[in-house]
Amino acid sequence: MKPNPLESLDHVVRDALGQLAAIDDLADLNGAEASLIGRRSAFTSLQKSLGALAPEDRARAGAALQEARRRVEDAFEERRRVLDSGAWERRMREDRLDLGDVIAERVVWSPRAGHPGLVAITQRELEDVFVAMGFSVAEGPEVESDWYNFEALNIPPAHPARGMWDTFYVEMGEPETVVLRTHTSPTQIHLMEEALASGTLPIHSVMPGRCYRRDTPDARHLAAFHQVEGLVVDRGIAFADLAGVIETFTRAYFGDDIEARLRPAYFPFTEPSAEFEITCTICRGAGCRTCSQTGWIELGGCGMLDPAVFEAVGLDPEVWSGFAFGFGIDRCAQMRHQIADMRALTENDVRFLEQFS
Amino acid sequence: MKVSLNWLREFVDLPESLEELRDTLDDLGLVVEGITHVGEGLEDVVVARVNEIRAIPGADRIRLVVVEAGGGPLEIVCGASNFEVGDRVPLAPVGAVLPGGFAIERRSLRGVVSNGMLCSARELGLSDDHVGLMILNDVPAPTGVTLLEALQVTPDVVFDISVEGNRPDAWSIQGVARDLAARYGRALRVPLLGSPSGDRATAEVAGAGIDSPELCQRLTVSLLRGVRVGPSPTWVAQRLSAAGMRPISNVVDASNLVMLELGQPTHPYDADHVAGRTLRVRAARAGESLVTLDGVARELARAGRGLGDTGVDCVIVDGRDRVLGLAGIMGGAASEISDATSEVLLEAAAFDPMTIARSAKRHGLRSEASHRFERGVDPELALVAVARFVAVLSQSCPDLQWLPAPLDERGVMPSRPTIHLREDDVERALGTRIESSEVRRILEALNFSVLDATGTLEVTAPSARGDVREAAAGRADVIEEVARIHSYRALQRRTPTWAEPGVLSDRQRLRRRLRDTVVDLGALEVWTPTLGSDEDFDLLHPGAKRVRITNPLSAEESVMRASLIVGLLRAWSRNLERQSGDVVLAEFGTVFAHPDLAGVSRRTRGGAGGALEVDLPAENERLTVLLGRVDDDARHAVALWGVIVDRLGLADVVVRSRDALAPGLHVTRGAELVDRSSGAVLGVLGEVDPRLVESVAPKFASRRVGVLDLDLDALGDPQRATRRSSLAHVPSRYPSARMDLAFVVPGDVNAADLAHALASSDELVESVRVFDVYRNEILGAARSVAYAVSLSAPDRTLGEAEIAVVRDGLIQTATSWRASLRA
Repeated sequence: MKPNPLESLDHVVRDALGQLAAIDDLADLNGAEASLIGRRSAFTSLQKSLGALAPEDRARAGAALQEARRRVEDAFEERRRVLDSGAWERRMREDRLDLGDVIAERVVWSPRAGHPGLVAITQRELEDVFVAMGFSVAEGPEVESDWYNFEALNIPPAHPARGMWDTFYVEMGEPETVVLRTHTSPTQIHLMEEALASGTLPIHSVMPGRCYRRDTPDARHLAAFHQVEGLVVDRGIAFADLAGVIETFTRAYFGDDIEARLRPAYFPFTEPSAEFEITCTICRGAGCRTCSQTGWIELGGCGMLDPAVFEAVGLDPEVWSGFAFGFGIDRCAQMRHQIADMRALTENDVRFLEQFS
Repeated sequence: MKVSLNWLREFVDLPESLEELRDTLDDLGLVVEGITHVGEGLEDVVVARVNEIRAIPGADRIRLVVVEAGGGPLEIVCGASNFEVGDRVPLAPVGAVLPGGFAIERRSLRGVVSNGMLCSARELGLSDDHVGLMILNDVPAPTGVTLLEALQVTPDVVFDISVEGNRPDAWSIQGVARDLAARYGRALRVPLLGSPSGDRATAEVAGAGIDSPELCQRLTVSLLRGVRVGPSPTWVAQRLSAAGMRPISNVVDASNLVMLELGQPTHPYDADHVAGRTLRVRAARAGESLVTLDGVARELARAGRGLGDTGVDCVIVDGRDRVLGLAGIMGGAASEISDATSEVLLEAAAFDPMTIARSAKRHGLRSEASHRFERGVDPELALVAVARFVAVLSQSCPDLQWLPAPLDERGVMPSRPTIHLREDDVERALGTRIESSEVRRILEALNFSVLDATGTLEVTAPSARGDVREAAAGRADVIEEVARIHSYRALQRRTPTWAEPGVLSDRQRLRRRLRDTVVDLGALEVWTPTLGSDEDFDLLHPGAKRVRITNPLSAEESVMRASLIVGLLRAWSRNLERQSGDVVLAEFGTVFAHPDLAGVSRRTRGGAGGALEVDLPAENERLTVLLGRVDDDARHAVALWGVIVDRLGLADVVVRSRDALAPGLHVTRGAELVDRSSGAVLGVLGEVDPRLVESVAPKFASRRVGVLDLDLDALGDPQRATRRSSLAHVPSRYPSARMDLAFVVPGDVNAADLAHALASSDELVESVRVFDVYRNEILGAARSVAYAVSLSAPDRTLGEAEIAVVRDGLIQTATSWRASLRA
């Protein structure tokens, strides 16, 4: 009878586990990998010796060897995990910095001018024009209920007009009740409700903000974009006031040679409604590709507040009247700087960002 | 909607100038999005016969073709190969200008002169076919005649008009013509109409009924005899082509023509294939299905996913109650018109617009008919449309009979509101005075009926104007019509003024100040995505509840961000890859938290009628600055914050280090910014967790990245972010005394806390400032902190003795903080 080569197996395992426990450094552990479980380990030589066994014993012995090897490998990995996290904790401990001790004056800071975002620059210019015209600036949330985004604006559920906006719905509550606002118009409703509750009518406000539409981004559209909304609720406000405000704003922002004109349109929350167009800023009205040779480009929508909106917020249309308008901030930036592809605004390429100040 | 100018001119006399017409249409709110010139260029193109085809030596893609077009043989070089000798093809001779402005010149190719061009249908603007030349063998015209003659094309101009959602009446040639007639003050002509004939009343041979009166406003059923199905007359085919529809057969074409012309969709059935020659309208029942004309089997009456969609489908059924079609949207295959059809059952109806809209959306089925029904078809139009249908079809079916007394059932008819327009209503709304007679003229031209009661016009909307509402809303609708026809451009403008000054909101002022500060210190402002992937979210908040988009464009944009850091890191790393990333990036943006986690919920009204209460995600505006220059680290974030505190005029904010402070932050290089008097946290700063840098920007994992992440809601709240007193402090005119005190301070005592304690210990202390921190192994966790203390009194120069007393007090205070004076 031949000696059993696996007689020493228990001993090999015990020895390996003992060695592992003694290692307390990740580098040492990695160094010991070959001799413990790798090609220089006792398991490898034992594996070779199995060939000497009778075939009927070989399978059983092989299984036992595998089992032993697995125990050591598991222990090795466990040790690595312990040492790994230990090394991480040590690294973090050594890295520790009490930020309360930092003396700002000692920090080296190389002077270099930064750059505000183009949208922010444009928004500020627009706000400044409107503030100078007597408008206050208000803001609203980006996630709204369908009531504020649609129904209070005279767009009931399943109304075909809801199809005018490709809406992102938020998974919350009943289906289609929470949305990423598709326009800044819901902020109008908030403003009117607040003014009514606090007795602070009239309202003369603009409301800039980020909106979302479920549109695959292309050269002219981004899924997220910025709008500025305007709202006036006062006594005796007429369409002429709306037209005058649009015209004053257009000249103040785009320049004296740029005119505005209105043409009939449909928005559920205004009546009469209009699109407003301005003289093409590229060709100054002469006709070019950008304006399809018409000399005019479309900027936004506007109109007299619809009585249905007054009803939704509880304002008396016999006392109050008003108008609203809205247009794209990004689009203004695109026109002013002749940006062929809007996606440049979200690509955050430093070489693009550094141009604006 | 495509609108043929020739067709429009049949209804109203129009100016010649295209520009003027386009401008007028725009000004009427019928915005022209494009203009196509039909037949343009075809006057130069002639029918030519191919006499000979020769190879050109050395060229395998082009051949020399000799054609005859009435003026002797012409040699043309041609790249197409779909023709043979004897075929007749279109030739654009030298000098011709093709549609789109392409001018044909004599050219030389491979040494061979080409005297014109043989054309494909696409090159002629006749179809999209461009596999080869257009073959004219079937066209009965001699060689040499122009294509215009050969194809009997009448030159026309087609406007592509965008019709607004509140103009159901404008979805037809007649509707557009009516606006133009009203604007120009000209008469609107009525098209030729047919009249009933035959010896039997319709009711004797056909049936009709409305079982769901709330879904169907009106159902008319006519029986037409003597039908012979065949091709339409040329003018009908041309009208349809101009509108972008393909001619099919005289019956189908007549139906389409009437729809385009008057706005009334009609549906012709083969009367022999409709059981009982009866059409009824009802709501589909659960379990019913229908194979529509497009070959798709559709389950009916199943609730849709959309809000408020209960799954109502309005269907047309036959005398055995079998479903024939989806009312107003699409018919079924079984009762379709065929060549064998000799009697036609013609349905002309009006349905509830919302029902059609929901059905069409639910079944993903939009047709020319459903488009019009969704917006609201004039319920009084049905039999006028049938009369027009009969007139059109009679031209190809001389024996056509429209049996007398067509069946006419009515369901719930929409109300026709009467609006009281007071004398000054128009002027009050528009700010422009329009004479009452002009108001009246405009409204009557648009088919409104107007009664003049003293001081008030009683205006009743025509049945075609389902968009006009009652009371105040209706008044606005009517005034819009007056303004529209009168022309918005003719309205006056005035700039309103009011007493209230325009102001920025506090939040905006705060944001501007922050932006100016970080930009002045070198930051570039970026705009990163609000929507990210689950993986992005899990980088900072593994497994946490998140705000998810129900219908994202892709999985990469399906979760609302809870932090700006990942987006900023990504922008930074992309720029570094372009060697331009050694920069400071800043973003103002909103982050979102699921209401279950946010603590505070934003509860508001939502759902149909605003009857539900819905929880909205919490929103928090942040300014996050990523310090990504080559030597930047947490210290730079502290320095940046120091400047911001000053610029915002905050009283005292402690930079308080804490381990494992916030997800994404380095666990031992992070600090909270704590307002000393309110205790509120205004933000965090430190370094980005190196593991996060490694995941997002593996190529730059070895770099430290500083970060400052501010909560604008907290900074903007004076209860939380305490401002410096607005009272001016005038420094003493007497010299200050300065002393330096170095303490060994335990590791758990914040240097600024001790400074604050020292500053508060005696009213003679003017300021306390840390000017040095020193650590060594002997000190262990503690460190030596050196303070520069300045003392002053408003009314005197401090004496030695006084200073010594203060010094003792300062040391005593330090002792109470377990700090000892360094020897």
